[in-house]
Amino acid sequence: MADSALPAPGTIGGAIDVTPHHKAPGTFLETLHSWVVTVDHKKLGIMYVLYALVFLLVGGVEALCIRIQLGRPENHFLSPEVYNRFFTMHGTTMVFLMGMPMLVGFMNYLVPLMIGARDMAFPRLNAFSFWMTAFGGLMLYYSFIGGSGLYAAGNAPDVGWFAYAPLTARAFSPGHSTDYWTVSLLVSGVGTIGAAVNVIATVFCMRCKGMTMMRLPLFAWLSVVTSALILMAIPPLTAAQVMLMIDRYLGGHFFDTLAGGSALMWMHFFWIFGHPEVYILVMPAFAVANEVIPVFSRKPIFGYPAMVAASVGIAFVSLGVWAHHMFTVGMTSVGNAFFALSTMIVGIPTGIKIFNWLATMWGGKIRFATPMLYMTAFLFQFLMAGLTGIMLSVAPWNWQLHNSYFVVAHFHYVLVGAILFALMGGICYWYPKVTGRMLDEKLGKWGFWLLVIGFHMTFDFMHIPGLLGMPRQIYTYEAGRGWDTWNLIVSIGAFVQAAAVLLFAYNLLVSYFRGEVAGNDPWDAWTLEWATSSPPPEYNFVADPVVTSRRPLWDMKHPEDPDWKYE
Amino acid sequence: MSAIPIPVHQVDQPAEWTQPYKGRVGMYCLIAAESAIFAIFVVAYVFYLGKSMYGPTPGQVLEVPIFNTICLLSSSITIWLAEHALEHNRIKRFGAFWAVTIVLGSIFMIGTGMEWNKLIYHDGLTITTNVFGTTYYSLVGLHASHVIVGLLMLLAVLVFTLMGHMKEEHAERVKTLALYWHFVDAIWVVVFTVVYVIGR
Repeated sequence: MADSALPAPGTIGGAIDVTPHHKAPGTFLETLHSWVVTVDHKKLGIMYVLYALVFLLVGGVEALCIRIQLGRPENHFLSPEVYNRFFTMHGTTMVFLMGMPMLVGFMNYLVPLMIGARDMAFPRLNAFSFWMTAFGGLMLYYSFIGGSGLYAAGNAPDVGWFAYAPLTARAFSPGHSTDYWTVSLLVSGVGTIGAAVNVIATVFCMRCKGMTMMRLPLFAWLSVVTSALILMAIPPLTAAQVMLMIDRYLGGHFFDTLAGGSALMWMHFFWIFGHPEVYILVMPAFAVANEVIPVFSRKPIFGYPAMVAASVGIAFVSLGVWAHHMFTVGMTSVGNAFFALSTMIVGIPTGIKIFNWLATMWGGKIRFATPMLYMTAFLFQFLMAGLTGIMLSVAPWNWQLHNSYFVVAHFHYVLVGAILFALMGGICYWYPKVTGRMLDEKLGKWGFWLLVIGFHMTFDFMHIPGLLGMPRQIYTYEAGRGWDTWNLIVSIGAFVQAAAVLLFAYNLLVSYFRGEVAGNDPWDAWTLEWATSSPPPEYNFVADPVVTSRRPLWDMKHPEDPDWKYE
Repeated sequence: MSAIPIPVHQVDQPAEWTQPYKGRVGMYCLIAAESAIFAIFVVAYVFYLGKSMYGPTPGQVLEVPIFNTICLLSSSITIWLAEHALEHNRIKRFGAFWAVTIVLGSIFMIGTGMEWNKLIYHDGLTITTNVFGTTYYSLVGLHASHVIVGLLMLLAVLVFTLMGHMKEEHAERVKTLALYWHFVDAIWVVVFTVVYVIGR
């Protein structure tokens, strides 16, 4: 650690890292101990992302089993009970154990570096949040072993990821599998809320000198918006889970229609959480795009204030659209009209974002390295996903297609085509910073193209059986309904995607040992995280950086034409 | 392993670089999240009003806890006086008002306990009795659990004060904790209005 012989902070010499280059590596136990007890935002961020990647593989295996089951009509690869558990666990895993930890991991690792801070505002809360999240995930999967409970009925949760009442009532879900679902989401929700509190406090209170809110990297801005949405959206889920537990354990009547309770209220409460959740997941994808697209287009982001305003706008509107998941329950026509219109309004700020990204690329000197390839695919696929979203927001169209494979295709287009692509692109982009090594570009491109092919095979063609009337969550179907070929193509595509994800994981692993050394700033980027060494030292920056524009590293590399002259 | 230095430009920087106190921002975030939880329980309470298939109804069994409410709301004033005293380094005065706050909060909890005792053993209303029982105990219980958590934290501060560890420089932290207490009181205004005024 640098000692008091350092020059005063803020001077050029002050930022030079004088840490001894190599510390003796500890024993295995020492290393393990250092990771378990760490409060360092970078280590916690890495653990979040690795945790998410493990669950990406687990949830992926579940998806493959589901696709094998549906690949042929009247198939019996899985039993109906196991099939129900698998689609429940697949959905729950991908949203709560893969998506959320992955984005929290990104925010954790990057936000302090981008704003020139040494750590998050509350490092111990940060560690607590991670271990709560991790515990929640492990508890959910423990249900495979411990879920039978006293009644020896049930195993993993099998009530679907939105767990509609009254299926979750004690009478219809005996045993403890549903309780595992409830409690583990509650626990990991606490972790997520802790992380959100931390991110907001970090950005508001820990910025380095000169980093005003309008100079904040857009990634940090969107992290704040995501965190604010988490604070608004996760607590309703927590409240609903508490109600469900009261019903199941204390004999309450919240969702017990026989005693005057209402199953409809569960749907409302769940989707009040559930729809903003989509934006919680997609906002970090936008955040990654906001950082990667300008760097690989060699242009500053187009319309910075509009991007910020659009993100805040999406967050606000997303809190008022939840009942578009419920058009078929029989709301009033005013209710239907309101939620149809509010849903369509989301398209406006989202459109602003898409046009801003296009305008950033327009006339730029685009380098199609792997991260940029992922971003290009993200742009295209997110647009498609948004368009089917607008289709589904039209209530009569929704009545026709509700709970069909069209809906499944639509939200997988968002979750895989937009979010997963953007996050994988983000991993490719920041991998050199985190590990100090470059990812293998050739493997990366193979993985990308394989994923694109697999993705489009699966999810483009999944729309069609939906239009032909195939409902979601069905165990199997008869031959000759016109769904057979489409389902087969979809299943084959799933395996292509699996190969791509495995190739991606292999690339992460191999490049860690054999990748070429990255240096501090391999992409010639502009935000502060590229100013420190790769991987960054524990304290991030030796002296607190001082910034004077939105692109501090541009100013440093181009003193003759710095950004701050134009701000 | 040397980092790229960030140069300092000769640009006008604000001489003062002040940012909000992180504890305060964190507490506001927590309050936002808690408000969302309470909002759901309040909505549930209002939605389920009059939906019970069988009695007792709120009108039959609930009595307006005026004394309790006065105690809890005035504890917001005493804690504010305590904050104020600490800022001016009047530790004894701080300790006194802090202790009064705890007493007032405890009276509220005892009052709630007596009310529940009456409801359970006299009126036969439990969480399983009907939808009113379910929503009433969960909403009032959620608030009461927040009061208990607040009281435990207030007690910790009182112990520190009695041991002589409390100083003027802790004012900011104490104010953050007091913010939580104010929030718990404010929520009671909502719960009181919904349960005892509108719902009765």
